[in-house]
Amino acid sequence: MRDTATFRVKSGLAEMLKGGVIMDVVTAEQARVAESAGAVAVMALERVPADIRSAGGVARMSNPSMVEEIQSAVTIPVMAKARIGHIVEAQVLEALEIDYIDESEVLTPADEAHHIDKWRFKVPFVCGATNLGEALRRIGEGAAMVRTKGEAGTGNVVEAVRHMRAIRGELRRLAALDEAELATAAKTLAAPLDLVRAVAETGKLPVVNFSAGGIATPADAALMMTLGAEGVFVGSGIFKSEDPDRTAAAIVEATTHYEDPARVLGASRGLGAAMSGIEISTLEESGLIQHRGW
Amino acid sequence: MLVGVLALQGDFEAHARVLGELGAEVREVRTPAGLQGLDGLVMPGGESTTMTLAIEREGLAQPLRALVAAGTPTLGTCAGMIMLDSDHLGLLDVRTRRNAFGRQVSSFETDLALGALANGGGPLRAIFIRAPWVEAHGAGVEVLAEVDGHPVAVREGNVLAVAFHPELSGDRRLHAWLIGRIRQSEGDRS
Repeated sequence: MRDTATFRVKSGLAEMLKGGVIMDVVTAEQARVAESAGAVAVMALERVPADIRSAGGVARMSNPSMVEEIQSAVTIPVMAKARIGHIVEAQVLEALEIDYIDESEVLTPADEAHHIDKWRFKVPFVCGATNLGEALRRIGEGAAMVRTKGEAGTGNVVEAVRHMRAIRGELRRLAALDEAELATAAKTLAAPLDLVRAVAETGKLPVVNFSAGGIATPADAALMMTLGAEGVFVGSGIFKSEDPDRTAAAIVEATTHYEDPARVLGASRGLGAAMSGIEISTLEESGLIQHRGW
Repeated sequence: MLVGVLALQGDFEAHARVLGELGAEVREVRTPAGLQGLDGLVMPGGESTTMTLAIEREGLAQPLRALVAAGTPTLGTCAGMIMLDSDHLGLLDVRTRRNAFGRQVSSFETDLALGALANGGGPLRAIFIRAPWVEAHGAGVEVLAEVDGHPVAVREGNVLAVAFHPELSGDRRLHAWLIGRIRQSEGDRS
């Protein structure tokens, strides 16, 4: 008797990605560069977030042919993004046998009130979150992995830090509450009470939590690991840098050795220019991607 | 008793937790220096390509070979099994096929009977995630379990390798085997 798509099987793949770097790629060639640099998975998308940001317009699921080219170019897991609430884009990605679906705020949301019911899918989902309540709502909907949102396409790590600190801090606060207070906390967090109870007990999320949105250097990656990330997504930070091959390998090395400053130093040497970044306060409120999703 | 868990990438924390629950002292290993003084070794699950590159970057291949070839009890799971095979570290006389069951949609869990390793208990719940299988093996390799006619658990001397993830299932029997082997080796030496 073989059971597929159990929650352990779905969340188990995220366990295998821990301590690793997931890289955004837009071509098969970039996917090969990412794999050779030691990426644990690639995220296949049509444009990296920095280009989505500058191009404007509606950002949708990637062209399936491009996803297939990337799937045949590498042997590491291939992830792809569906729009928030776009059930059919997710079904198409499942039919492509993508390894993980990112229901992502980086694309233009398709539904402003509902996320996808992820329990109905065999393929596991990763979702973004800016705080604990949002993370637990996504897990309640069936997400098997979480990533903090940060602010994609900016090369500015400040929002990634804010979101990781928010989740870790809220987890620590829950640990001190009694049963009655947990019920109130669930209401305040707008999160399922059973999940609130569970994380108050264990002090950690029931699924793997990566960091995303603004990581551009080896030191940024090591910072997020230091703050409690279990791995990192790097979007524009690699292929918008001066030397993508070396930057990719350096971020992988710094993620493994984040506790050893000498190794992070070694990884940071001689990389050329990182992607140019954007100061968050120069963005209009409507230009912030992190507020998509709820 | 000090057990090293290769911690370059993957689910090394899950292994460390199980080993700790069984009373072993655990060290996360990221460099050759971390291999000094180990009584046992775990090669965890993770991405085999990433792990292969990291072993090369850290110069870990030779010291790992020396440690395991000296008879140090070793457990490899999933990517760990691939690292031990003849195309990688060459510490187990098997050839593995990566992602043999297919992409993530084909990942599964099932009950496996593990013969003597089950220690008289029932079958073990085995979680296979983009798992490999053993494509070919030498005469000295004992096959402990198969799925679809392909070996997924093998043992050669003090090296046990499985294509699935006992560290995620809550079943500690394979880690207990490792610790039993370490005790036995210590007994043999004293």
